[in-house]
Amino acid sequence: MKATGLPDIASTFQKIRKRAEARWQELQDRRAVIMVGAATCGRAAGALKVLRAFKDELKKQNLDCPVFEVGCMGHCYAEPIVIIAKPGYPSIVYQQVNPVIARRLVREFILGDDPCLESVLGALEENELVPGLADFPRAQFEQKIILKNCGHIDPEDIDHYIAGGGYSALVKALRLKPDEIINEVKKSGLRGRGGAGFATGEKWATCRNAPGRPRYVICNGDEGDPGAFMDRAILESDPHSVIEGMLIAGYAVGARYGYIYVRAEYPLAVHRTRLALSQAKKLNLLGRNILGSDFSFDIKLFQGSGAFVCGEESALIASLEGKAGTPSHRPPYPAVSGLEGKPTLINNVKTLAFIRHIVDKGAKWFSGIGTKNSPGTAVFALAGKVVNTGLTEVPMGTTLRQVIFDVGSGIPGGKPFKAVQIGGPSGGCLPESALDLPIDFDSLTEAGAMMGSGGMIVLDEDDCMVEIARYFLEFTQRESCGKCTFCRLGTKQLLEMLAEFTRGKGEIKDLDTLAELAEDVRAGSLCGLGRTAPNPVLTNLRYFRDEYEAHIKEGRCPALMCQELIAFYIIPDRCELTCDACVGNCTVEAISSHPKKRYKIIDQEKCVKCGTCLTACPPQYNAIVKLSPPTEVPK
Amino acid sequence: MANTEEKTKIKEQTRRILSRFSRKRGNLIPTLQKVQEGLGYLPREAMLEVARFLDIPEIDVYGVVTFYNQFRLNPPGKHSIRVCLGTACHMKGGYITLDAWKRRLKIDRGQTTADREFDLDTVACVGCCVMAPVTVVDDKPEGQVEPTKVDGILLSFEREREKRGKKKR
Repeated sequence: MKATGLPDIASTFQKIRKRAEARWQELQDRRAVIMVGAATCGRAAGALKVLRAFKDELKKQNLDCPVFEVGCMGHCYAEPIVIIAKPGYPSIVYQQVNPVIARRLVREFILGDDPCLESVLGALEENELVPGLADFPRAQFEQKIILKNCGHIDPEDIDHYIAGGGYSALVKALRLKPDEIINEVKKSGLRGRGGAGFATGEKWATCRNAPGRPRYVICNGDEGDPGAFMDRAILESDPHSVIEGMLIAGYAVGARYGYIYVRAEYPLAVHRTRLALSQAKKLNLLGRNILGSDFSFDIKLFQGSGAFVCGEESALIASLEGKAGTPSHRPPYPAVSGLEGKPTLINNVKTLAFIRHIVDKGAKWFSGIGTKNSPGTAVFALAGKVVNTGLTEVPMGTTLRQVIFDVGSGIPGGKPFKAVQIGGPSGGCLPESALDLPIDFDSLTEAGAMMGSGGMIVLDEDDCMVEIARYFLEFTQRESCGKCTFCRLGTKQLLEMLAEFTRGKGEIKDLDTLAELAEDVRAGSLCGLGRTAPNPVLTNLRYFRDEYEAHIKEGRCPALMCQELIAFYIIPDRCELTCDACVGNCTVEAISSHPKKRYKIIDQEKCVKCGTCLTACPPQYNAIVKLSPPTEVPK
Repeated sequence: MANTEEKTKIKEQTRRILSRFSRKRGNLIPTLQKVQEGLGYLPREAMLEVARFLDIPEIDVYGVVTFYNQFRLNPPGKHSIRVCLGTACHMKGGYITLDAWKRRLKIDRGQTTADREFDLDTVACVGCCVMAPVTVVDDKPEGQVEPTKVDGILLSFEREREKRGKKKR
């Protein structure tokens, strides 16, 4: 242990922390504090308009209350979300706030004393006025570790993070020997959250022991799986937790430089991470001789350019070096020979976000959560046909049923569950029978899916399994870098066969060819993209073969989704003769009134099958139906 | 298409942007991003300038530009329309929304309208899966964009244009 300089680190940090705490305390003493959830999803729901309305109304009422943006709380279904903390009241979370509600909250709650209970989602603390979020049924399944700060602090203010205990794990780590930290991470059993689940501690040790300098640490924030947004939410809501993890990783493996690689499609995450880096640098938590120690570490942000394959580590490195992102042969692994041929540690955003907690609370605490072989928590992005869309963090070993039905509150409209798509283009669709599977890295792989990065799309009876396989193949085929023949040409062939099926063409024996080729693509590809590209097809065939058969044999899409296999039809008996809702709404003027009898007819030649008429037809008539095959439409 | 005058202008603009970077290969993607940010796209002259600046073969620049989805070789429209085709968006009808945009703008994905008002493209996922189907209109994600909302968005642009026209007069 280095004896010199140690008291300095602690006392230097103490000063920073005291100041941050004082600023945080000052917030609590104000008349009220307003926090607007303004991650990308909140903004898409109109959070910025709400923010402006608050500021404007406060000014009008001559009130001086701090209003700031926070990240994503995970309750995306309730966006835009606003938290108001007023002394004498619990911190109240409001849902679906619009500018009108915002202005009313200022007048009636902040100026007056009416907490406007009709817009409340819940409260952060237990109290007698409003039900606490902790009492929600989902709360007993959730355990928030890396999402804990998300939505509760201003990601653009480093003091909020520090006041909540941030960067104290770094101070603790700087007093330990690098090997002690690596051992702690090893003992915790933490596995990489990028998808493959490689042991993090092992990776760190390999990198530390590899010859060559300088060493690099890269944070992989190239979250390319369509349907996954966990990394985006963390970088937008709590960027410092990732930076702190990188600093500790850098110190442990003996690195001098770090890169955070963020997707181009995440402009807000890029902005907030950049800001966080500059704030950390100002406080000397980053840069030369951090907090007066002899550890120096710099981090740069690198913006990706829209290539899914760059999530693969060797392709990511190629991209950092200014080349096209094509993967290369491993071994040697990047931990031995990575960026510019130097030892390079690459960890996912979530993996790095766990580090501060492991250093802070110890390996034993961490390995006590979750399952034996997959300790800790898993973060999932719930989307698709589920009531409570959003982000959730549950201990490993929680079942899919608990995540979808208890946390997610099941499927809207009480429709039956059909499948859940996990792991994006590398994963697969799991049916009802897999719902009681405890989630961990190994169980999901066994079932034919993959943990992937944690996107979870719930599907109901209106979703066609052949179409979703085609969709993923279209994606991987387009994103294939073209290096390996099987990936380049094989995915193309798979895609063409699937596209034929969605048009009701092909033969039953093609299903065997499909499965055979899928296995070949898996065997003949170098990187994860090609090796896992057939997963959506193979799991789909395994669990939903009957749907493929319906398409091929009967030209029928059971889910009524494949556009070439359906037709829209207005049932004359149900059609209300005086109503013209469908005629007015049709985007291509394909619906007309029968000149004498007044019921409506769809011109099948003109119809583009967009489904607008189906939504437009008033529910009391419910006259429009989808039919498959299209020949079902009466002449 | 670009005449000599335009070419010189592009070159000058590119050089101005490049002056902020150091000449190392690792800077290729960041420089291209900045040039595209400045010019709206990457014309031939700009790519040639970048190659000269970093002292690398022109084909390497072209190779990288055509490898990544984000770079474009033709000028963008005044408004950018990006239809999200992430899993959630696709399953909730993103492909129908894309059809609607194509039909209304009369262009295919990757193209710009003849009057350079709109350009249309798709994006793999913007991470707003909760608001599916999403279309990113001028960098702002719009949720629940179905064919009727497509018409609504286009109408609001038309209104704006009318207003601007009146002011000019």
